[in-house]
Amino acid sequence: MPDSSIEGGAYNYAYLDEQTKRMIRRAILKAVAVPGYQVPFGGREMPLPYGWGTGGIQVTAAIIGRDDTLKVIDQGADDTTNAVSIRRFFAKVADVATTTSTEKATITQTRHRVPETPLREGQIIVFQVPIPEPLRMLEPRETETRTLHALSEYGVMQVSLYESIARFGRIAKTYNYPVMVNDRYIMSPSPIPKFDNPKLDRSPALQLYGAGREKRIYAVPPYTPVKSLDFDDHPFEVESWTECCALCGSRESFLDEMIVDDAGKRMFICSDTDWCERRR
Amino acid sequence: MSGALLSAPILSSRGLTKRFGSRIACRDIDFDLWPGEVLGVVGESGSGKTTLLNCLAGRMTPEAGTITYDSATYGPVDVHGLSEARRRLLSRTEWGFVNQDARDGLRMGVSAGANIGERLMAVGARHYGDIRRTAADWLDRVEIEQARLDDRPTTYSGGMRQRLQIARNLVSKPRLVFMDEPTGGLDVSVQARILDLLRGLVGTLNLSAVLVTHDLGVARLLTHRLMVMQGGRVVEDGLTDQVLDDPQDAYTQMLVASILPV
Amino acid sequence: MPALRVSGLTKSFVVHAQGDLALPVLRDVALAVSPGECLALVGPSGSGKSTLLRSLYGNYRPDAGSIRVRHGADWVELVRAEPRTVLDVRRRTLGFVSQFLRVIPRVATIDVVAEPAIRLGMNADEAHRRAEFLLGVLGIPAKLWSLPPATFSGGEQQRVNIARSLSVDYPVLLLDEPTASLDPANRDGVVELIHQRREAGAAIVGIFHDVSVRDALATRIHDVALSGNSVGVHA
Repeated sequence: MPDSSIEGGAYNYAYLDEQTKRMIRRAILKAVAVPGYQVPFGGREMPLPYGWGTGGIQVTAAIIGRDDTLKVIDQGADDTTNAVSIRRFFAKVADVATTTSTEKATITQTRHRVPETPLREGQIIVFQVPIPEPLRMLEPRETETRTLHALSEYGVMQVSLYESIARFGRIAKTYNYPVMVNDRYIMSPSPIPKFDNPKLDRSPALQLYGAGREKRIYAVPPYTPVKSLDFDDHPFEVESWTECCALCGSRESFLDEMIVDDAGKRMFICSDTDWCERRR
Repeated sequence: MSGALLSAPILSSRGLTKRFGSRIACRDIDFDLWPGEVLGVVGESGSGKTTLLNCLAGRMTPEAGTITYDSATYGPVDVHGLSEARRRLLSRTEWGFVNQDARDGLRMGVSAGANIGERLMAVGARHYGDIRRTAADWLDRVEIEQARLDDRPTTYSGGMRQRLQIARNLVSKPRLVFMDEPTGGLDVSVQARILDLLRGLVGTLNLSAVLVTHDLGVARLLTHRLMVMQGGRVVEDGLTDQVLDDPQDAYTQMLVASILPV
Repeated sequence: MPALRVSGLTKSFVVHAQGDLALPVLRDVALAVSPGECLALVGPSGSGKSTLLRSLYGNYRPDAGSIRVRHGADWVELVRAEPRTVLDVRRRTLGFVSQFLRVIPRVATIDVVAEPAIRLGMNADEAHRRAEFLLGVLGIPAKLWSLPPATFSGGEQQRVNIARSLSVDYPVLLLDEPTASLDPANRDGVVELIHQRREAGAAIVGIFHDVSVRDALATRIHDVALSGNSVGVHA
């Protein structure tokens, strides 16, 4: 039922109709019940094309309420075009308070980063996912990857890690690094840098993942083990920098390398804008 | 293999029948394969031998009959009564399958080492160095230079690919190996090398095997027993040397007489 | 007590391509061989000597009759036995020296000879040493040991064959013209080896074309052409 307060009755609350929200919530419940398992859902046409976060938006739309406070980041920043657009979209159709503060947000929708500020119980983080299937590059057939997940036949993934070490001397994957969730399913954590993978492990927050083009939703409930795949003699390692943030001095956050003039001068700056501002 | 006769067949077939629509590909196949035996299945094109092999290995489902495998993990099991998960696990651990075309049994896009290591990783091996060492050792055993460990099979010759396929299968120390024309399509000298290799490995690893071939010379060299198939049926079976030297059935006599002398 | 007992052994060859033409070769053959005996099969060409010998080994399939061999502590019936039974008997009890060495590509002579012993569980080094000894006695020079026998002369191949068949101490030995392609010097070496086996208690059945070899080795003669046999012309 259209909500008369949204644009004079032109849109339903949070843009999606109630039946769609209900369908997505059912998918989310199923996803939460089976951590890491990709649940198909009936993805809708959204007012932006595939590849721009339609999955994440549908998940957020299904769970958001007037009492929520929404934060949206893109590559860690609240002020990039896409983050701004999506935040403005929900402010309008969900009549909801928005924030740039990780601490104050009840829902954080993100593309390609996890906030540096540790999440708390009661918070939800919604990931935008391009390709939900972690085995896709190794096994192109959907029928076969579904069988592999069902039978826990993950040799092929370990083979790809072996191959990386054989070719490059180390596991060369630096983002979208595959993880084992709850000791059962291998999951793609979306294209976050591997630096952020440890934040997923037993996080007190609820993690929801939405892929719009592929029409899949998956989830990691709070306090679930999430382990990055590796070898005993090539254990998982995160990135590190010799520099610190040029603006706030942080040595613990993920740093973006910026080229600031035509002479090629570089600066390293925190990718998480909220984190950086708070420290300054 | 020394010592007493063992107590149970490793693979048994009773009444195995497979149809494709109205055409019967193999009919009422009965046999017992004992541990350490290599059973050859010979016949011409269309005899049903490859269909039989695929049914035995769980790749095709027969219309009738039972195939029983004496598994090390589960005891005697009905191959087609197993869940798909168990059957797939068996085929990666206790069984091997050497395809005629090595490309069907390899991952062409990853290195030889990854190909050989896959079965180990699939059952939980997680030490890169150990996996690599085992893979290198197997390359050696199949007479491929260890320096080729990181090369992909696309850079290998046909004979090398076949030897790699063999290594990939044997690394998990299977008890039963199915082979479908393992030397088909290869040059004669390459064939000889692979046949020797197989013969040696079957002996040292005490493998049991079912080998499908149309080449009686391959059968003579590799198999202890032979089943001759024609039109989906077994027309003769017995010790290999006996079937080839004293064929009883008309069809078998014709096959043996047809071998070109060298 | 005999090591090998044959009774009622009957065999024909049926050539289907010639309209199921039946060629009877053996009829009701009976014989027995005890440890320390060497039974020489004699008879004209085509009388079934080789057929009989091959039937004893399970290489030819008899139509009727019984071939019983003492295998370990038991008697084993070979006619219509299961393949694995015959394979086990051939592995430990029954050895066969054929006229032809079926050449296995690329396997070195020393390995060809040592293989039966290794298969029986003998330590590889010991099997190789034994193989070297046998090859030495049979006059195959050491420089040939690492080569496959494919390029050897007929006589050399025959001697490799003999060495292979003697690498295991078979209680029963079947010999099909063991000295056929050998010159006198090598022949004597072979005769000596077989003689030693006989003295050590092997039961031997053999076809010896060379009368002097037969006289040196045989303790009894069995004429295949007598008593109901060899109606046809196959051997």
